[in-house]
Amino acid sequence: MIKKMNKINSLIAALLLVPTLALAAGDHIKLDRAPINEEDHASLQRGARHFANYCLNCHSAAYMRYNRLQDIGLTEAQIRDNLVFTGVKVGELMRIAMDAKDAKNWFGATPPDLSVVARSRASADGSGADWLYTYLRGFYRDAERPTGWNNTVYANVGMPHALWELQGEQVLVERKVQGPGYMKTEMALKLDKPGQLTPAQYDEMVADLVNYMVFMAEPVRGNRKTIGMFVLMALGLLFVLVYALKKEYWKDVH
Amino acid sequence: MSEKDTDQGKRQFLVAATTVAGGVAAGAAAVPFVASMLPSERAKAAGAPVEVDLSVLAPGERITVEWQGKPVWIVRRTKEMLDTIRGNDGNVADPQSKKKMQPAYATNEMRSIKDEYLVVVGICTHLGCSPVSKFAKQAEAFDPNWQGGFYCPCHGSLFDLAGRVYKNRPAPDNLVVPPHKYLSDTRIVIGEDSKGA
Amino acid sequence: MAATPKQPVQFTGAGPLNAPISGVLTWVDQRFPLMSLWRDHLSQYYAPKNFNFWYFFGGLAMLVLVIQIVTGIFLVMHYKPSAAEAFASVEYIMRDVPMGWFIRYMHSTGASAFFIVVYLHMFRGLMYGSYRQPRELIWIFGMLIYLCLMAEAFFGYLLPWGQMSFWGAQVIINLFDALPLIGPDLSTWIRGDFVISDATLNRFFAFHVIALPLVLLGLVAAHIMALHEVGSNNPDGVEIKKHKDEQGRPLDGIPFHPYYTVKDMVGVVVFLFLFFLVVFFAPEMGGYFLEFNNFIPADPLKTPPHIAPVWYFTPYYSILRAITEDFMLVLAIGVAAYAVLIQMTVRDKRIGMAAMVIALVVIVLMKGGPLAIEAKVWGVAMMGAATLIFFLLPWLDRSPVKSIRYKGPLSKAALTIFVIVFLVLGYYGTQTVTPAGTIISQIGTLIYFAFFLLMPWYSALDKTRPEPDRVTM
Repeated sequence: MIKKMNKINSLIAALLLVPTLALAAGDHIKLDRAPINEEDHASLQRGARHFANYCLNCHSAAYMRYNRLQDIGLTEAQIRDNLVFTGVKVGELMRIAMDAKDAKNWFGATPPDLSVVARSRASADGSGADWLYTYLRGFYRDAERPTGWNNTVYANVGMPHALWELQGEQVLVERKVQGPGYMKTEMALKLDKPGQLTPAQYDEMVADLVNYMVFMAEPVRGNRKTIGMFVLMALGLLFVLVYALKKEYWKDVH
Repeated sequence: MSEKDTDQGKRQFLVAATTVAGGVAAGAAAVPFVASMLPSERAKAAGAPVEVDLSVLAPGERITVEWQGKPVWIVRRTKEMLDTIRGNDGNVADPQSKKKMQPAYATNEMRSIKDEYLVVVGICTHLGCSPVSKFAKQAEAFDPNWQGGFYCPCHGSLFDLAGRVYKNRPAPDNLVVPPHKYLSDTRIVIGEDSKGA
Repeated sequence: MAATPKQPVQFTGAGPLNAPISGVLTWVDQRFPLMSLWRDHLSQYYAPKNFNFWYFFGGLAMLVLVIQIVTGIFLVMHYKPSAAEAFASVEYIMRDVPMGWFIRYMHSTGASAFFIVVYLHMFRGLMYGSYRQPRELIWIFGMLIYLCLMAEAFFGYLLPWGQMSFWGAQVIINLFDALPLIGPDLSTWIRGDFVISDATLNRFFAFHVIALPLVLLGLVAAHIMALHEVGSNNPDGVEIKKHKDEQGRPLDGIPFHPYYTVKDMVGVVVFLFLFFLVVFFAPEMGGYFLEFNNFIPADPLKTPPHIAPVWYFTPYYSILRAITEDFMLVLAIGVAAYAVLIQMTVRDKRIGMAAMVIALVVIVLMKGGPLAIEAKVWGVAMMGAATLIFFLLPWLDRSPVKSIRYKGPLSKAALTIFVIVFLVLGYYGTQTVTPAGTIISQIGTLIYFAFFLLMPWYSALDKTRPEPDRVTM
């Protein structure tokens, strides 16, 4: 019986997916700019904790090692005591125990690995961080969806709103927008039932989480820019030398 | 224009300076490539320190644990076994463990932190075979006066129960004692010592 | 101004070291032509002294080739050519291998840098007529290098096994489906499977790391040997070998070493500055060097909403997409007009007749009802023709002068328009299809081919200025 229901559900999901995908291909979504600072270690550490608490149950980050969190100022002991819930060593990858097949049955699709999601979600519309920031704040109640949730940037998303207790429940409402000489209606999100956090607190929390996910997508980012500065300065010096050398030799020709 | 005298000194200086700078740059460019061949984070994670519970080990027995992909032996030595070591100084090549095959805290008579437990990497210092345990004190084909220890089947190297190599055998050195420390009386961690290495 | 340069100053070792070094050199030289190679290709290879900015790019292409080979070797040490492991092994290189990210970013940036440098190098050739007699073979070897490079880039792009790797390869391999009769079997054979799979990845890996690099190196050697046989062209397009001093050295030539080695070093340092600016500060280059969708592992069941090839293929991709069923009529009219032009202007009437017959056959295959081949096939054919038509340049250009400096307004306008069209086609190739984009691509396609096919007429008709006798600085 349950199996049958699942089949029907996924069939409906598939049917619903077709028109929206076509729409998504043409439509540009307006993304909010993620207010993140990749050098803010306190924010990154909070983000890492949120990630371990709220994401790392269903989503893996299987290319990321826990001990890499030392790059954002955590010690091995802190990582082991506060962030590793699966009992693995801190040198291990952020894998999850959930079986991919089970996950597919429960959610209709396997929750994707999130290691590099902040890179893959970038587009002409905005950075991957902007997308994640808008997405995680864009869930709203939709009775027609099997999970009861829908999303403004990811129409008919399979994922339920994992942070709803914190954010509360939003609904989609029509809103009239008055501009210079025109009036139009557009769809907007409205907080229907408040959650444990105020909207400002929730935005801040999501920003921390997104900041962390950007770090996780490319942990070497900070390092690469530092090394880059040295390399470019060295090349600048080398330029002075080779240019003087060229000038000296070309005196013969000119 | 072209009749202007060339300043050979300046020219040679610039050539030398560019050569040196270019050489340094090339050397620096080689660093990441050389570094990329070092053990990766994955290899390091696989070679991370290993915790071992010693309470399962009966006197006179040996267990093997894997650390950095290598067999590490832990032998719980009985009093008789320790006695054979004491009387064996004349047979072994480096009785005082003068060569640095062990951390400072194991540079002692029994080559261990506690006399009772021997912790050595079970790889022959000759060509990397893994010796077999011959703990019984009895006449063996390779040594009629065998005191008990380890015998390497590849090229016949012998080690006593402190991992010290016998004289005139192919293996040049005593068995390696890995860094290790005691977390409690019956728990040790291999691959890490008190200095945090 | 144009005085003979003085005897070049040789790089010599420090005084006391000279004797042992020259002893070793003599010993080697008696067994291997070391000194004569040095002389023939560097210290006594006389290059025109008026090389300008555009002459940096040949050497830089060599540098990028070396970068790609060296970084490639080190990537192969860690990469796993298997559908199950490829994506993860790339992330492993990016995170777990010490400095692996640096090597990978150098390789991915190097791929784009290679095309930038080669496109500029080719543009130099177009500007100064470097393909003209006696340098036809240099041009042909160069074009073969370019084709080889495109194949190398295409095979390499599958290896990260991301969504764009997978679907890009899917689209390109399916182009072969369009070939009459053998098409479907051919594309299955290329894949080694009915879909792109582990087997495809493995053979692409073999081509990318062994087969094509070997071919590429051979072609580069041939390109340079041919160049050093006839000597370099220059911005004035005049032959420096016409005026030699009593020792047989070209009066307008200077030894490549040390003059161009020190000059090229300046170019190399500037290039590396820009190269590392990208490697360290913008390795994705806004999604053009590393496409965002390629950070999603390949999924054979889900096409990403927007597929575009990497930027260096997009001009040809635009041409492919421009060939629609409606556009075939325009193309057929174009072919007919071209045949009429040949018939009317070529003195040898047999050529005119042949052109008419060929045009008739082509038109029938384009629009001849039941005999017509579908537009998809023509799209593939036109895309292929767009790359291959470069080979004909040495015989299409009938201008009495080589360099754009002395060519007339027609040729100058033609080259300018061609470059603009190439860039516009490239831009539309990165965008999703729109009606306006398609029309612009179609106009662009016509201009692209007109640049080549009409060259025999406009280059001959054009008002040129006389070439100088000697190079100008």
